Amino acid sequence: MSETIKKFMYLNRRAPYGTIYAWESLEVVLIGAAFDQDVSLAFIGDGVYQLLEGQDTSESDMKNFSTTYKALGDYDVTKLYVEKESLEERGLTLDDLMPLTWEDEDDDWAEKDSIRLVSRAELADVLDDQDIVYSF
Amino acid sequence: MKFAIQVNEGPYQHQATDSAYQFAKAALDAGHEIMRVFFYHDGVNNGTNLTTPPQDDRNIVNRWSELGKAHDLDMVVCVAAAQRRGIVDEGEMQRNGKDAQNIADGFRISGLGQLIEAGIQSERLMVFGD
Repeated sequence: MSETIKKFMYLNRRAPYGTIYAWESLEVVLIGAAFDQDVSLAFIGDGVYQLLEGQDTSESDMKNFSTTYKALGDYDVTKLYVEKESLEERGLTLDDLMPLTWEDEDDDWAEKDSIRLVSRAELADVLDDQDIVYSF
Repeated sequence: MKFAIQVNEGPYQHQATDSAYQFAKAALDAGHEIMRVFFYHDGVNNGTNLTTPPQDDRNIVNRWSELGKAHDLDMVVCVAAAQRRGIVDEGEMQRNGKDAQNIADGFRISGLGQLIEAGIQSERLMVFGD
């Protein structure tokens, strides 16, 4: 759709249901996937709660959109950076998050992890390397 | 410099929209180009002509309309965010069977693709939000 390939980062900073930012961020990611850019997502601060396994919104009448993260691989959105310190500060580990994977067509459709656990310093370098940062 | 601006918060509630406006005005005054202003989340409320702020306060919506007119700005309100929050133009009124429209002068309603395109085509995307 465009000849320019830019590095697009969607920076997710908030818990999933207290505000609409997380869901409307996902809506941008899904639309943006059609533009064939080099897309990454990062989850920092309370944003790490967006990826928590076993989300149940049935008592709160909120739409549970957590399954959408599992579909991101099908949209070729395969780089999800999660900040290690943000998990630790909230008493969480990688095991508390949804197992998110994608199939690599260049590697006989091998299933690979989408989540990349990075330190705060490493994520700073990743962000520094981006052309565009959408902040939610 | 060719800028794009994203506004994520509503008028009066949050300073983000004032900062975005002041930035846009300063950038244009300095000779820069603003290829699009995209209103998302509660930012879509910048585009309703039903606001009536007290007379001794700034009129944020009219201010955008005037800046848009003076510089022929492309001011886009996200359709999905607008539908949730009741920002309606002629087309949306007919499509969704509403009996009124409230889009302010100089704004248009369009899709999120316009935000991605702004990211691709601009040299800098400035995000104003919380």
